[in-house]
Amino acid sequence: MTESTSIIELSFWQILAAYVFIVLLLAIVRWRKIPREKEILISSLRMTFQLLLMGYVLMFLFENPSPWLTSLIVLFMLGFAIWNIFQRVRGPLTREMKRAIAVSMSIGTVLSLLYFNFVVIQFAPWFNPRYFIPIAGMIIGNSMTGITLGVQTLTEHLHSQRSRVEAALMLGATPNQATRKVVNQSFDAAILPTINSMVGAGIVFLPGMMTGQIISGVNPVTAIGYQIAILLGITGAVALTVILFTQLGYKTYFNERMQLKE
Amino acid sequence: MFQLNDVKYKNIINTKQLTIPADAITAVTGPSGSGKSTLLRLLNYLVTPESGTISYQGKPFSEWEPVELRRQVMMLPQQPVLFGETVAENLQAGRLFSGREEASEEKLTAAAQQCMLDKKLSEPAENLSGGEQQRLSLARLLLAAPDVYLLDEPTSALDEDMEWNVMERFLAEARRSAKGVIFISHATAMADHFADRIVHSNSFTGGEV
Repeated sequence: MTESTSIIELSFWQILAAYVFIVLLLAIVRWRKIPREKEILISSLRMTFQLLLMGYVLMFLFENPSPWLTSLIVLFMLGFAIWNIFQRVRGPLTREMKRAIAVSMSIGTVLSLLYFNFVVIQFAPWFNPRYFIPIAGMIIGNSMTGITLGVQTLTEHLHSQRSRVEAALMLGATPNQATRKVVNQSFDAAILPTINSMVGAGIVFLPGMMTGQIISGVNPVTAIGYQIAILLGITGAVALTVILFTQLGYKTYFNERMQLKE
Repeated sequence: MFQLNDVKYKNIINTKQLTIPADAITAVTGPSGSGKSTLLRLLNYLVTPESGTISYQGKPFSEWEPVELRRQVMMLPQQPVLFGETVAENLQAGRLFSGREEASEEKLTAAAQQCMLDKKLSEPAENLSGGEQQRLSLARLLLAAPDVYLLDEPTSALDEDMEWNVMERFLAEARRSAKGVIFISHATAMADHFADRIVHSNSFTGGEV
């Protein structure tokens, strides 16, 4: 390997040096008296632990590739993402709402993932963990962020615009007509960050996947090909999961008599 | 005709039997907080009583398709609500919500004038005052043309002269097209003047409540 394509292995001390950034952040919030120290500590520790764990899991999977193990890991990622959405949304979620989130996340991400893997990238064997798991991670992670924003907007707006929705029902609107504006606002709020990430890609920032591939020695043009494909895949997955969610989600606010639940 | 039998709802409504015509003008009167709005919400099928039955045209509500019923028996809340940006969009909203085709500009203007709203169709509706928005909502309802209008203090934000004028014109149009109106009124004089029949809240709150 020539020097330009070899990757520098980070030593323990080098990684430790990177934690200076967290120390800096802690110093800032303490100085500004922003009560976020606990969250910063917990999230950086969780990030470290989860990534280390994933590193070892991936190493094991690469050495022992199996369709079952790959599927199991993806299911676990999906379950964790759904649980994470439940935690991140402010305010209580009804049972039906949780079901809407779980169903839309599962169907939306799995369908996108299957299309992306079998039609776009076409790697073999289909369960190759080197491809399957990182791609699943990006699709599930971005869909998770999208749905969280969608749930937040939908619940807040259906609360603040309740009298408007009800006034539409009074005029004979179906629940679908009465909530159209709120549902569209939720979809828009959820999809906007993804659209913005495409706008800035390549100029404002180099997306993570591409950066990683370039650092590890992949030809930038190849890396860009992957990055374009994955950004498009992410956009599609977020759109699919969020539209599924909003269509299932608004219905949870109505009973079978098409009345707004109290 | 609406028929309420043994209807109980949340310690607010409690009536053994109550009949309200669907083809006449009925005023609902009574002190504030006595369940007048709740009665209209029950008739619009927005809420369901805990016990008892409500029927419209001899058919219990449970046998009606809720949206279909509301398209025949529409309600106007006390607080006006805007749908869309312009006056025109707001006027069309009732027709679109109830699955009817859009009305022509002439009809929009005529309905607005009937409710004494003298505004350009292209004007942004949020520029309208509270009273103007109430008249806009009344005009929207006229255009939607249901069989029965349920009005919850539809002119509360208007001064007295305007209030009487608007009601007079709205009810004249309803009578002309043989529609039923059930309206809540805080002014007994207005109820006496306009209504064929007056229902006092005593008759649906169990009397002593």
